[in-house]
This record gives sequence, C-alpha cells and structure tokens, in this order.
Amino acid sequence: MIYILQQALNALQLGSIYALIALGYTMVYGILTMINFAHGDLFMVGAFFCFLIAVYLKLSFVPTLLLSMLGVASLGVIIERFAYKPLRNAPRVSAIITALGVGLFLENFTLALSPYPQHIPTLINSTTWNLGGVSVSSLQIIIIVLSLALMFILDFIVQRTKVGMAMRAISWDKTIVPLMGVPVNKIISLTFAIGTGLGGAAGVMYGLAYPVIDPYMGIMVGWKAFISAVVGGIGNIRGAMIGGFILGSVEIMVAAFLPSTYRDVVSFALLLILLIFRPYGILGKPHPQKV
Amino acid sequence: MPLLEIKALSHNFEGLRAVSDFNLNLAEHELVGVIGPNGAGKTTVFNLITGVYRASEGNIRFAGQELVGQTPHRITKLGIARTFQNIRLFRELSVLDNVRIAHYAQAAYSPLEALLHLGRYRSEEKRITDHALELLSVFKIDAFAFEHSKNLPYGLQRKLEIARALATNPQLLLLDEPAAGMNPNEIMQLMEFIRWIRKTFHLTILLIEHQMRLVMGICERLVVLDFGATIAAGLPVEIQNNPKVLEAYLGGEIVK
Repeated sequence: MIYILQQALNALQLGSIYALIALGYTMVYGILTMINFAHGDLFMVGAFFCFLIAVYLKLSFVPTLLLSMLGVASLGVIIERFAYKPLRNAPRVSAIITALGVGLFLENFTLALSPYPQHIPTLINSTTWNLGGVSVSSLQIIIIVLSLALMFILDFIVQRTKVGMAMRAISWDKTIVPLMGVPVNKIISLTFAIGTGLGGAAGVMYGLAYPVIDPYMGIMVGWKAFISAVVGGIGNIRGAMIGGFILGSVEIMVAAFLPSTYRDVVSFALLLILLIFRPYGILGKPHPQKV
Repeated sequence: MPLLEIKALSHNFEGLRAVSDFNLNLAEHELVGVIGPNGAGKTTVFNLITGVYRASEGNIRFAGQELVGQTPHRITKLGIARTFQNIRLFRELSVLDNVRIAHYAQAAYSPLEALLHLGRYRSEEKRITDHALELLSVFKIDAFAFEHSKNLPYGLQRKLEIARALATNPQLLLLDEPAAGMNPNEIMQLMEFIRWIRKTFHLTILLIEHQMRLVMGICERLVVLDFGATIAAGLPVEIQNNPKVLEAYLGGEIVK
C-alpha cells in the first residue's frame, strides 16, 4: 500500500510535467491545426536555459524559472513568425515537415554548442520528509504545485479572458475572427508564447528532477507529451492536462510492477488502442469537416 | 462628404478579373443594394471593403481613412461590420460568447489585470457581458444566451449574426444575402427588421441580395454587377426596367 502511494506521488510529478508540455501541443493544434513537432525540443531548450542561467548568472530558482520561460517563449514566437507563419495557407503537411526540421535544428544547434551532457546545479535544497513510510521531497511538492498553478492560470486565461475567448473562436473559424476586431496574428503569437513558455517551465522542472541534460532529452519526453495531448483530445486544454496525468500514471505503474523496459511499449500501445476506440481522445469532439 | 467612397476598385484572382472599375459613394444613413447574378463579384466587393482581400487597384475611403492595405481587424475597429452569405457563427460557442467576442476591441484591460483579478478586468468583463445580453434581448434571442449557437433555428442564427456584427459598434453594416433561404413572409419581416436596425443603431447599410422583393422593397439605390463590371446604377424603378439588367438576369433573347 505504501509502495503504491509512493508510486502515485511519482506519477503525479511525472504527469504534471507531461501535462505542461502537452498543453503546448494542444494549444498550437487548437489554434492552427498543426502539430508543432519542435515542441519537445523547446522543452529541452528550456532545460538548457535553466543550466546556463544557473551556472553563468548564478541566479536562484524563481528568477531562473522565469527567465527560462521567457527565453523559450521568445524562441517559440520567433519560430512561429519565421518558420510557420509563411506556411499558414500551405498544406498542413508542409508545416509539419517544417516543424520536424525546426526540431532537428534545435537539437543539433544545442549539440554543436554543448556536445556533452550537462549537469544542472542544485537550485532547490530539497529536504525529504517521511510521511508514514512515503518519502516526500520538497522538490516533488514544488514541481507538482507549480505545475498545477500554471495550469490553473492557463485555464483561467482561456476560459475567462477576452484573449482566451479569441483563442477559442480562432480554433473554430480562423477567417472570420479578424472581422470581430480581433488581431489574429497577435493572438497566435501569444498562443505560441504561452504554449512554449509552459514547455520551458517543464524543461526547468524536469532538469531539477533529473539534473543530467542533453540535446536529445526532448525527443522521447516530447513524444510522450504528444501522446498525452492526443489521449486527452488534441486541441482540448483540459484534455491535455488529464492526458498528461494518465500517461504519467501509466508509465510509473508499469515501471513499478513490470520490468521497466516495458514502459514505452505500454505508452505507445495505449495511444494505438485509444486511437481505435476514441480517435478524438477523452475530451475531444469530432471536428466536422467544413464543406 | 460620403461615409464610404470607393473609386476605381479592381481585383484580380490569378488572371480572373473578379471586380473591375467599381465605384460607389455611400452617404451616411443610406441603404443601398448590390445585385447581380451568381459570380458577379458582389461578395468580392465585401471582402475588399473589409480587408479580407487586398484590392489590386483602386481606393476605398471610409470616414476619411484609406482602407486598402489595412488589416481586417483594424477596419472592423474603424466601424465596418458584416454578415456572411452562408451563416458563419462560432457554432460551438454559446450565443452569448458569439456576441461577447465581437466586443474584443472595446475591452480595455491588460493581461496582468486579468490575472490579478484587479482593476478594469472585472468591470470591463461585466460591461461587455451586460452589453451583449442587452443586444440579445433587443433581438429577442436572450432566452437562448447559453445555448450553443449551432442549436438555434435558422432564422435566429441570421439574427444572431447581425447582433454579433452590431456588437463591434459599426457605422456601416454590410449584409451578404440576408434573405437567403427565407420564404416571402419571412422576407417581409426581414425588411421591417433591417429598417428598424438602421434607425435604432444609426447605421448606413450596404446589402447584397438575390431576392428582388427585398431589394426593391427597401433599397434607396441599387448597383448592378455582372462579370465584375458595373452594368447599371440608380433608383430601384430605373433598374427594374433597365434592358442591360434584364439581359444579365434573364438572358439576351428575351429582351429582344
């Protein structure tokens, strides 16, 4: 029982990181119906920003987190402006191939600057408590609480502000939204900034939890977050959060009770099975094709 | 000075001349109709005015401002709103949110104020919601405020689209085939309705229509397009008996 509780806590930690990254996939898909396959690599860049800021500027946790988020968000906006915007009316597959290219660029650019894995210094002096046999570290609590807070803020923005309403409207009919007086390009930039900023935050937290970082760390984590977004219903914000926690739980539980090499097999099998029975994901709705 | 002044407006789609040398002056509070057979370029004129397309040649001046080259959201802010031939509501958003979104440019609060729940955020959101509800009640669709807009009956969807357009606070309203799919009885009601919104909201209205009954009934002047060119302009009675117009609509041989 204690073992299960311990694993549940681990699942919550991993799940919240997946959920944060999944939000970036789902927001961009919702607004542009494209999968930003560079998103996993932006997560990696977030971890590297964290490393650079912590080592060279020697800042503490909060400014490091904020600066890393700001850095990744700016990078996300620049990528959208120069790589994706010119393709907005091109076939979707062109945009997706470009996204894969941007991802490869980010990986190799980082590799060129930093060929060896790096070690993020300790930013949080983690203390571990023992609660009835379950060991809880302050780092775990910070990651979970911070992720939930960021998701809460995002949900508020999307559901309760004019910008969020504009985002939801764009996801249904992009062409007429400008005629409501909404600056669509600004909203798209903002969507990229928020989505990639959350990915950057996930990179920082992941880097604190697993401090050895390398340029390829975003690939697998990115795929898992993408699965989370699809499982929850791509384009659906709350779906991405739920999907992240489901995938985190599945992975941790598989690793806890089966040989840990089964972990990825089970995650991808989950995606395939879900796609057969609920192709639109848990909260997704079929998006009728306009004729 | 006219409110809207269109001079020598032309637009090409990859070699196809969709609109050529279109001229139109609209005085404040006028109600003018653009008619013509299918594919004559009527909707293209609307798309050029609202900035959805950028005109190949010519000028569009609205209240002293040049519109060619401006983005659609800027043009909306300047005071031009429109509806669409095939109703284009945000089908999965509530009726209320459909009208609320059109207040976007009028909501003056920063993201920071929203996050902190401070300052203008609450008052502005409340003002917008109140104003949207007021519009819905004026249009008698407030009972459906929290329904998905796709669940409204067809006639009310048309009304909601007009309510949404009015929420942007326009001076000029462009109506694209407002009577499409309506029976003669409904068209009579629509005519009354258009006259009423023009008076109540102090609007200048330009409308595209196929239904001669509607056009002849309410428009003060008409412009007739055929293959992108203006073939006639004038009072409805003049247009009705214009041989060129009859030819465009009914085919050449009948006129002879």
